[in-house]
Amino acid sequence: MANSAIRSSRQTLFGLFAGAMLCVALFLTVGANGQWDFVLPFRGTKILTMVLVGYSVAVSAVLFQTATGNRILTPGIMGFDSLFILLQTLIVFSIGAQGYTGIDPRLLFAGQAALMIGFSALLYRLLFHSGGRSLHLLVLTGVVLGILFRSLSEFAGRVISPNEYLFLQDRFFASFNNPDTQLLAFSYGVVGAVSLMAWRMLPAFDVLGLGRERAISLGVDHRRTVGAILAITAVLVSISTALVGPVTFFGLLVSNLAYWLIRSHRHVLILPAATLLAVIALLAGQLVLEQALGFGTNLRVVLEFAGGITFILLLLRDPRR
Amino acid sequence: MIEAISVTKRYGSSVVLDDVSVKIPHGGITAIIGPNGAGKSTLLGVMSRLIAPDAGHVTIDGMRVDQTPGAVLARRLAILRQDNHIMLRLTVRDLVAFGRYPHNHGRLSLADRDIIEQAIRQLDLDALGDRYLDELSGGQRQRAFIAMVLAQETDYILLDEPLSSLDVQKSVQMLGLFRTAADELSRTIVIVVHDIAFAANYADRIIAMRDGRIVADGSPDEVIRQDVLEEIYDVPIGVHHVDGRRLLAYP
Repeated sequence: MANSAIRSSRQTLFGLFAGAMLCVALFLTVGANGQWDFVLPFRGTKILTMVLVGYSVAVSAVLFQTATGNRILTPGIMGFDSLFILLQTLIVFSIGAQGYTGIDPRLLFAGQAALMIGFSALLYRLLFHSGGRSLHLLVLTGVVLGILFRSLSEFAGRVISPNEYLFLQDRFFASFNNPDTQLLAFSYGVVGAVSLMAWRMLPAFDVLGLGRERAISLGVDHRRTVGAILAITAVLVSISTALVGPVTFFGLLVSNLAYWLIRSHRHVLILPAATLLAVIALLAGQLVLEQALGFGTNLRVVLEFAGGITFILLLLRDPRR
Repeated sequence: MIEAISVTKRYGSSVVLDDVSVKIPHGGITAIIGPNGAGKSTLLGVMSRLIAPDAGHVTIDGMRVDQTPGAVLARRLAILRQDNHIMLRLTVRDLVAFGRYPHNHGRLSLADRDIIEQAIRQLDLDALGDRYLDELSGGQRQRAFIAMVLAQETDYILLDEPLSSLDVQKSVQMLGLFRTAADELSRTIVIVVHDIAFAANYADRIIAMRDGRIVADGSPDEVIRQDVLEEIYDVPIGVHHVDGRRLLAYP
C-alpha cells in the first residue's frame, strides 16, 4: 500500500464529504422563506431519500463492475431499470391503477425485489454456464433484454386506458418530489442489513478485482462472491427504484468518477467516494431542478447534462486514462 | 504431491488433454515443454483448479482440488497464468500484498509486510514498489506478478511461461530464484517454458507434451536427446554437451 496514495484518498474523501454537507445545507436552506417548521421536515425527508438512493446506486454500480470485471457495465445497462418499468406496467395492466395504489408498498417491494433477484440469478447463469466469461455476450444480452422489457411495457402501455398510462408515466420519471415516506424507514433497514453482509466481504471484493483466475488462485470462492454481489445489487436496485423510480442511470458516472478520484483499488475507499459523489449529484441536481429550472425538466436530464460535461472534461484533461 | 488422474479436457470437438495422468512429487523444478497447442497451459490450469476437466481429477497432497475449499488450496498452491492484464489501478506493492490474502484475508500484519518487502527485493523491484502497474514494462510487470506468487508462500508454485517477457539476464536470475526456492525452501515448482535450453539446464525433471498427451517424462538426460526432441517438435534439434551444460542447436 503506498501510504501517500492512501493519504491523498483520505483527503479526497474528506473533500467529498464536505461537498456533500454543503449540498445538504444549501438544499435545506435555499429559498426557504422562513417557513422552517414546514421546510425542514419536508426537505429533510427528501435528503434522507436521496442519501439512501445515492448509496444504493453507487454501491450497486461499483460492486456490479467488480463482479463482472468491467467498468462499463452497470445494473442500469444490464436492463434492471427496464425490468422495473415492465413490472410496474404489468401490475397496472392486470389490476389497474387503483389496485396498484391499494397494495401495501412493502409487499410490492418484496415482490419486486424477489423478481429482481431472480433476474440477477439469470445473469449469474449466463456469466458461468454459457461457456464462460464472454463479456460481449453478457452486454449484448443485457441490451437485448432491456429492449425486450421496454417493448413489452410499451405494448402494454398502449393497451391500457390513457388515465392509467398517465399514472404509469408519472412513476417512470425518477423523481424525488413525492418520495414514499412510508417505505423510507423500511428501506433503510433493508439496506443496512445488506450493507452489513457486504462489509464483511469487502476484502474478498478487493481480490475479485484482480480477475477470476487470480481471485480463485488466492482462495476466494469466486462463484459465491459474485453470486453475493449480484444478490446485493438486485436488492439495492429494487430499493432505489421502489423509492423514486428508475435512477440507476448515473451509477456509471459516479463509479467511474470515484475510480478516477481515488488512487487505490480498495473498496473501503472507492465505495464511500462513489456514494458521496452520488449524493452530491442528486442533491445538486435536485437543487438546480427546483430552484433554477422551476421543475421545468426532470432530474435525469439535469444529471446527465452536468455529468456528461464533467466526464468529457476529465477525459480531455487526462488523456491517458 | 500433485497427481493428475486420467484428465481429459475438450473444447468443443477438439481434445486438448487426452487422458493425461502424471505425478509431480514434492520438491524440485519440473518443466513442461512442447509445441504450441500441446495442452501445457491447460494441464497447468486443471492442476490448479482454474479449469474444470471433462473427465478425471487432480489431487494435491491427497486432496481433490475440485472438492477442497479454495481457501485451503490457496495456502498450498499458487498459480500464475499468462494473462498480465489487470483492471485495477495498483502499485507493485499493492499487488504483492494480495499474495498474503490467503493467510490474512485482507488484514496485513507486520510479518506480512516483511514477506512482501522480501518478495519485492528478491525480484529486484525495490525501486518500483510504489509505481503503478500500468506504468511498468512487460517484464517488470511479469516480475511483480511473480513476486505476488512468491509472497503467497505455498508449497507448490505453478507458473505458465514465467520467462515470456524477460530478457536473458532476468530469465537467468529468475531461474536462479526458482532454484533457491526449490533447494532451500523445499518448494515444488512447475513451469511451462518455451525455451528448451532453459528447461534443459535448470529443470530437475522435464515433462514433454504433444497433442494433449505426455510423450516424454524424465530427467533432462532422458528427455533432452535429439531423437526425443524430434519426436516432440518434428524438427531435428542437435544436443551437445559443453562444459557440463546442454547446448541446443536449432536446424
